[in-house]
Amino acid sequence: MIVSHSPHILHKITTNKLYLLFIIGLLFPTAAGIYFFGMSALFVILVCIVSAILFDFIFQLILKKKPHLSLSTIITSLLLALVLPPTVPWWIPVFGVIIAVGIVKYAFGPGNAIFNPALAARTFLAVSFPLLMSTYVAVDGTTSATPLAVAKLNGFSSLVAQYSTTGNLYFDLFIGNRPGCIGETSAMLILIGGLFLICFKVIDWRIPFFYLGSVAVLSFAFGHDVLFSLLSGGLLLGAFFMATDYVTSPLSRKGKIFFAIGCGLLTVILRIYSGYPEGVAFSILLMNAAVPLIDRLVKPKPFGY
Amino acid sequence: MLSFKKGVVLLDLKLATLSQIVAMPLPSKVMIPLLQHTGIECKPLVKIGDKVALYQKIGDSSLGLCAPVHASVSGTVVDLIRSDISGTECISVVIEAKPDKAPELVRDNSVLKRSTDELLAIVREAGIVGLSGSCFPTHIKLKPPKAVDSLIINCAECEPYLTCDHRLMLEYAPDIISGIKAEMQILGVDKAYIAIESNKRDAIHLFKELLHGERNITVKVLRTKYPQGAEKVIIKSVLGRDCPHSKLPFDVGVVVSNVATVKAVFDALFFRKPLIERVVTVSGDVRHSQNMLVRIGTPIKELIAFCGGYSSEPRKLIVGGPMMGACLSTDEAPVTKGTNCVLVQSKPVLLEPSHCVRCGRCVDACPYNLMPTIIAKASEHRDFILANSYHAMECMECGCCAFVCPAKIPLVQHIRLAKHEISARMRK
Repeated sequence: MIVSHSPHILHKITTNKLYLLFIIGLLFPTAAGIYFFGMSALFVILVCIVSAILFDFIFQLILKKKPHLSLSTIITSLLLALVLPPTVPWWIPVFGVIIAVGIVKYAFGPGNAIFNPALAARTFLAVSFPLLMSTYVAVDGTTSATPLAVAKLNGFSSLVAQYSTTGNLYFDLFIGNRPGCIGETSAMLILIGGLFLICFKVIDWRIPFFYLGSVAVLSFAFGHDVLFSLLSGGLLLGAFFMATDYVTSPLSRKGKIFFAIGCGLLTVILRIYSGYPEGVAFSILLMNAAVPLIDRLVKPKPFGY
Repeated sequence: MLSFKKGVVLLDLKLATLSQIVAMPLPSKVMIPLLQHTGIECKPLVKIGDKVALYQKIGDSSLGLCAPVHASVSGTVVDLIRSDISGTECISVVIEAKPDKAPELVRDNSVLKRSTDELLAIVREAGIVGLSGSCFPTHIKLKPPKAVDSLIINCAECEPYLTCDHRLMLEYAPDIISGIKAEMQILGVDKAYIAIESNKRDAIHLFKELLHGERNITVKVLRTKYPQGAEKVIIKSVLGRDCPHSKLPFDVGVVVSNVATVKAVFDALFFRKPLIERVVTVSGDVRHSQNMLVRIGTPIKELIAFCGGYSSEPRKLIVGGPMMGACLSTDEAPVTKGTNCVLVQSKPVLLEPSHCVRCGRCVDACPYNLMPTIIAKASEHRDFILANSYHAMECMECGCCAFVCPAKIPLVQHIRLAKHEISARMRK
């Protein structure tokens, strides 16, 4: 007879099943990226994933762990690929993977990372290789600036002039017909992937809802076009796939709301007042750093307290 | 429908045992532990070789919190052995049964004319304890140190597989209602609530019919969710009152009584019948799952045999429900006052824990609003001060957290260790 502790029935969910579902959700923006940016995007994605598996094995051997395929590493590498411009040379994703997997994941320990590994690697690359990481191409391959960059430099009206009407602008932003990182351009497919994850209870709806909600409210308060703010840059990708990362977001429901609102506030403030046209990566990383504090201050109230 | 926040929705798994309660034939030998309740062990009142009659008191103690123990069969005492086979280490009285004419039980319809203290004495003499598994002596429960205004009858039976309370409600409803009225009189309350989960529609219907016109007893329907039957949870669902931390229900003016206990109180008051048998649900991997009326002290293997035996090689034997039950190492263990269910698993879940990914599902599931993963991690690192600061002592080990954990971490086990250490240090 086996004698073990209660409970004696368990839910059939496992972490690997959650990771698999997350990868399925990520396949939507991945497909959009390959469709719009073609072979160069596919190349970056494959380099990311293959080098991630390779370096994962190497780090596991260094740490004397049994070498195994880790789904979370595949997620990190795919996420990293989705936030890189499609035209980066092969060594950028490799370098990024070493940082994401080696430093952010293994140095802190699996399950203990403070920063979102993909975003931290991306930010490191953006700061170290600013020219390569801010060169974007339009869908037809010509070098052009992202809509957010145009709006910041020349104003929103000149961006609209590029697309003739705001209607055209919204449409192109929605389907993904614009320059940007591989996975961030197609709002439509990101939303499908994100809603898929929420329906299958892989991610908590509170984070994308309050992140996007606070961006909408604050953009409106600053007199900016709300729909443009929501559809441009890496906001949707960040809200559904980056900010919702388990390890780097708060544990409690209330904590997640604070976290998401903090991300929203920082995103809008950085977009308007910082030197960069986009603020999503920095704002999520800054809020990641605040998560231990949020977890300590915002706790659910037990019965009778 | 009344409900509470968080918790988990579980599969019912009650279909197999919804048939009528069957009385099990007399066992040939019973092993009656002298500690089947919260409190101190009874002292044996018989010695080896004594002849005992059914209903005879065989153990009692006046040195502390205690409920007496009675012979569940007539026969001869063959052994007084010290063993922990029932889960707690104590002396057990082993009686070899000899079929004998059972003493007549005469109904006393004027029992409620007696004083509260006399009624409580009758309840104590009958050895009544909480039959939902808690086994707290009922005569103490029904005399709370503070005045109470409400009585909640716990008919939730939220654990999967269990149907003993449900069948009891369907087959003994009038007795249960008389028992409720008796408890209301003892407690001096004028409001009682029968709290039933929504998956027991026939019982709800039956009680609503029988209580038609009764102003003081109301049926409250609760949403079927685990752990609806937990004391603090059911008080919150039914009355909306928050039981203060480290306090008991009487601190918010409530007494919660399990429906099987109420039936036992009825038997004790109106028939002077001591607690010598109870309804047990036997389910899982046995040939014929069913509810049985079993004499206290019957070896569990006889229950399994009566159910047609194991349907496949048993790997786990659980006393209680699948969420909070305890494992037995052998089926020789006896049925005690707290044995509400015997579950057999031939394909048990074998845990392969991986590391915590901070998904937060445990925090989302905990009905007491705790943060199980943090307490468990603190316990693993032996930081019991941190575990205490996250209210580890509030945990009632319902198992919701470990149930939902995708990493299959034994959260309840870690938290239980923390609770054990914290209370040991508090006692110092």
